[in-house]
Amino acid sequence: MDFLIAAANTAAASDLPNQALTNFVYANEEHILWSLMIVIYPYMTGIIAGAFVVSSLYHVFQLQAFKSIARFALVFSFCFGAFAGLPLTLHLTQPFRAFNIFLTPHFTAAMSVFGYVYGTYMVILTIEIWLVYREFFVRKANETKHIIWKILTLGVNQVTPESLAVDKKLIGFLAGLGIPVAFILHGYVGFIFGSIKAVAWWATPLQPIIFLASAVVSGIAMLLLAYTFLMKRRPNRSIDPKVIKTLAVCLWMSFFIAFALELLEVGYAYFEHGHHWTLIGPLLSGPLYNTYVIWQIGIFSFPPIIILGFVVLGKLRNGLMIFLANVAALLLVLQVLFMRYNVVIGGQFISRSDRGFAEFHWHWFGREGILMTVLVFLLPFFLFAFLSRYIPIFPGDHPNHPKASTKEDDTPKDSESPTTSPA
Amino acid sequence: MNLTTPDAPPGLDRRDFLQKVAAGSVATTVLLVYRPYTSAEEEEESDLLEIVKEASGQKQKPDYAYVIDVNLCIGAGKCVEACNKENDVPAGLFRTWVERYVRTGDGIYVDSPNGSVNGFIEAKDDLVDNSREAWFAPKLCNHCRTAPCIQVCPVGATFQTDEGFVLVDDKHCIGCAACVQGCPYGSRFMNPDTNVADKCTWCYHRVTKGQQPACVEACPTKARLFGDLNDPESDVTKIFKANQWMVLKPEMHTDSYCFYVGMPKETI
Repeated sequence: MDFLIAAANTAAASDLPNQALTNFVYANEEHILWSLMIVIYPYMTGIIAGAFVVSSLYHVFQLQAFKSIARFALVFSFCFGAFAGLPLTLHLTQPFRAFNIFLTPHFTAAMSVFGYVYGTYMVILTIEIWLVYREFFVRKANETKHIIWKILTLGVNQVTPESLAVDKKLIGFLAGLGIPVAFILHGYVGFIFGSIKAVAWWATPLQPIIFLASAVVSGIAMLLLAYTFLMKRRPNRSIDPKVIKTLAVCLWMSFFIAFALELLEVGYAYFEHGHHWTLIGPLLSGPLYNTYVIWQIGIFSFPPIIILGFVVLGKLRNGLMIFLANVAALLLVLQVLFMRYNVVIGGQFISRSDRGFAEFHWHWFGREGILMTVLVFLLPFFLFAFLSRYIPIFPGDHPNHPKASTKEDDTPKDSESPTTSPA
Repeated sequence: MNLTTPDAPPGLDRRDFLQKVAAGSVATTVLLVYRPYTSAEEEEESDLLEIVKEASGQKQKPDYAYVIDVNLCIGAGKCVEACNKENDVPAGLFRTWVERYVRTGDGIYVDSPNGSVNGFIEAKDDLVDNSREAWFAPKLCNHCRTAPCIQVCPVGATFQTDEGFVLVDDKHCIGCAACVQGCPYGSRFMNPDTNVADKCTWCYHRVTKGQQPACVEACPTKARLFGDLNDPESDVTKIFKANQWMVLKPEMHTDSYCFYVGMPKETI
């Protein structure tokens, strides 16, 4: 037996599935094909869905605690949405044919609806943002006469109390409609993985729900971090503890659901002890031991649950509460990032030979390298920084005149008494 | 007493009429229910129908299948070599390959060095000493009738012909690799030369010219057979009828059209 263990390429024989004596993968499975771009794609769509939910909690469900961050969440979601298709396009080996997914969708494939779902979501989001900022666009167009602002008004250069009331109704409708569409946009990613029967680590009907729950987690956590960062670096602005606390409550609740589902998936496979466990068991004790067991579960899941428990239930002073909420949010954005990696790459570790594990080769450069992945992930933040120079993100913002912001000035200039253009 | 009605045909009384109706009903029922399974007349009629269909260009389309006799495979790798040459398969990737299985008391040893394009090196002495059974299993695309790769292709670039070939339209494939993920048999790969999904085509370009796939032609032991299941004289049909066969991963329910004869259950 010893000679065979020595011959094994990666793990001890006891760590290999189906009585395998050597780590055997099929001839074409030397490389993992769905790489970092497919890891980052659901991560980005998850943030889109999560941020949109926060925005809609105010616009649809009138959660007043989120009033000051509703626009921020909406623009944040839009920035990630603007680049959500990029990792997929970069992943394609024929990127110039990407449009075929619109032209000849093959509806037996879940992936074929991507173009339509993504397109629908972006249209809803764009119209909603336009309605939210319409009054601001009109005022800027009238004040500056700049062509860009005039274009952004789409020729409607009048704002009246009646028209604002209609806008508000439409915003509420679109925010409500956007929730299921955002969920479909992200849930279908989980469905794509869950419906691939050839991969034991993916094939579970829980997958879309797990993806959705973790999407809400990543969106809220990323918003919390970004909100704290933006408030900290702005002069004369302060973090609203009520916003942080309410975000922490939502984060805690959504992560409970996400984490419970993640454990349920593995727990079910373990207790079922069927074909899937013969592969998942060695996967978790082998190639995924560090990234799943240690990091995703051990470090990035249990501690934030406890920390958020203190934040939500404890009577902490604001500074400590904000600090701990940010620590938990940071751990959770990493938890979801590791979850995406562990699902996408982890599933491909399992060879279809059922007797071995493939290897994932990290690359710094190239279309799907680490640097490109980081760049793609940073692009939404760059876009956000660009947009925030020109449009008010938070109440009281004065784009182009950041120094004019004052702590007392919490009333958004763009929502003050309606203006009427001189026509 | 005259039993005939004034309107009835002359010479037909009620008794005659009822008798004829009863006889007719019984005869019709018997004819409808009882159909001899293979009467000589029907066979003749069937042959005649085939001739007519053939003459009118309506001959039944071939129903191609691939049969691998594991007992005959010696792991020479000639099939892999022939396939690579015939189809310009990039180095390190395979449209077909051969696996060597060795069952020992401790577990299963499997290898396929470089897809076995150069055959296999002799197994180590310890492995040979411990072995209870050994065999070679050639692998290729199973040209499934309910192919997962076709189902998951988002643009419809992979499809099945009426004759059963699962093919890729390399002018339409966007290179998302969903089909590679969907295939339970690891038969697909992304071709680095063409940047589209690639796989065994059962040598469609040869078969449509009346030739055999390159791997079948190259096999020195006739372990690989390819033919039309609608042709009662084809080798495939004869083997298919005469032997116990099985398919890889039947639990995947792909309706595979690559059939294995004499394949031990440990083969995955």
